[in-house]
Amino acid sequence: MNPTRRRRLVAISVGLLGLGIASGFVIYALRENMQHFISPSDIALGKAPQGHRFRLGGVVLEGSVKRSATSLDVDFVVTDRFKDIPVRYTGILPDLFREGQSVVATGTLEGSTRFIAEEVLAKHDENYMPTEVADAIAKAKAQKDGQP
Amino acid sequence: MNGFLVWLNSFGSPEKFHRVALRFEPWLLGLALLVGAVGLYLGLVKAPADYLQGESARIMYIHIPAAWMSLFIYGFMAFSGFCALVWRFKVAELMAMAAAPIGAGFTAVTLITGSLWGRPTWGTYWVWDARLTSELVLLFLFFGVIGLYNAIEDQRKGARAASLLALIGLVNLPIIHFSVNWWNTLHQGNSINLFAGKSSIHPSMLWPLILMALATKFWFGASLLARTRIALIEFEAGKEWAQTALFGPRRPEA
Repeated sequence: MNPTRRRRLVAISVGLLGLGIASGFVIYALRENMQHFISPSDIALGKAPQGHRFRLGGVVLEGSVKRSATSLDVDFVVTDRFKDIPVRYTGILPDLFREGQSVVATGTLEGSTRFIAEEVLAKHDENYMPTEVADAIAKAKAQKDGQP
Repeated sequence: MNGFLVWLNSFGSPEKFHRVALRFEPWLLGLALLVGAVGLYLGLVKAPADYLQGESARIMYIHIPAAWMSLFIYGFMAFSGFCALVWRFKVAELMAMAAAPIGAGFTAVTLITGSLWGRPTWGTYWVWDARLTSELVLLFLFFGVIGLYNAIEDQRKGARAASLLALIGLVNLPIIHFSVNWWNTLHQGNSINLFAGKSSIHPSMLWPLILMALATKFWFGASLLARTRIALIEFEAGKEWAQTALFGPRRPEA
């Protein structure tokens, strides 16, 4: 390889390497701020901002959803399977909202025990399954649970 | 290494590139249309609906291949730009610049289909999570490369400046790919893992995806060759080979 090209090759490679390392540091430094939501465990550790809006992420605890008979109020519990936090939301929930599904709620803490959500989004997981397969799995599971 | 460079160099002759590209284009285009038609039919008609999302999950047969292409084309553009910067191959410069608008197109399709899927599934068109934001940055990087290339009067200098920008933007690719693992995002994790073996997607839904991934690759190949070829003819319009390519062999003056 002739010297000019070798020089260019080295200069560009070193530049890219430096850039890569620099971005690595920046990303590492920003890692907390890049989180889209925080978990109930983070709230228990006091990581939630007091009096500011933030996003809470977790799973809707099975059997915890209570809808008001007279208004659009919904109460449910969000869990990360370690800590729980009760959530109150007023409005229409997305179609995928259901017990056992992940959600991301935006809102504020009321006191330090209850989360008042202004917006609730359903989070989908990476599993894609045909309806028949999902039904078959549910059936097999029910059969297994039914057996002594 | 040297043999590879000699081969690359011979390919770097505009006339030879034109000849080879012209031969491959119709095949690539034909394959893209054929495989794409089969993939779309399998995905949109034959594949089962998702157990949770229902029919709207079918958007993934467009969204995921387009998202893969947006990353693949960016990587290709940066590699081509690297060759252009180090070895000053004219064909590599034009190829990098020809890839940019195609990549921008695929990135736009990714963002639009994703947002149309997000509305029924998540309940919103857009959130500023790490995956969505980094993909939007990718679109702006493509725009930046296209803009910079067109803003500089000297075409070759413009191509090299834009190639450098493309190389700098390369740091965004791992960020996009790993964003869903590194941070909490609303966007789900990667469903398809070709290297780790198990994919969390049912085989009946995986096949249309693979076909669409192939079809978009073929499409990119055909589109890239055609765009580069035409850029070469424009660039060397005064040369003998370009005249022959456009108007056929020169006849003796009567």
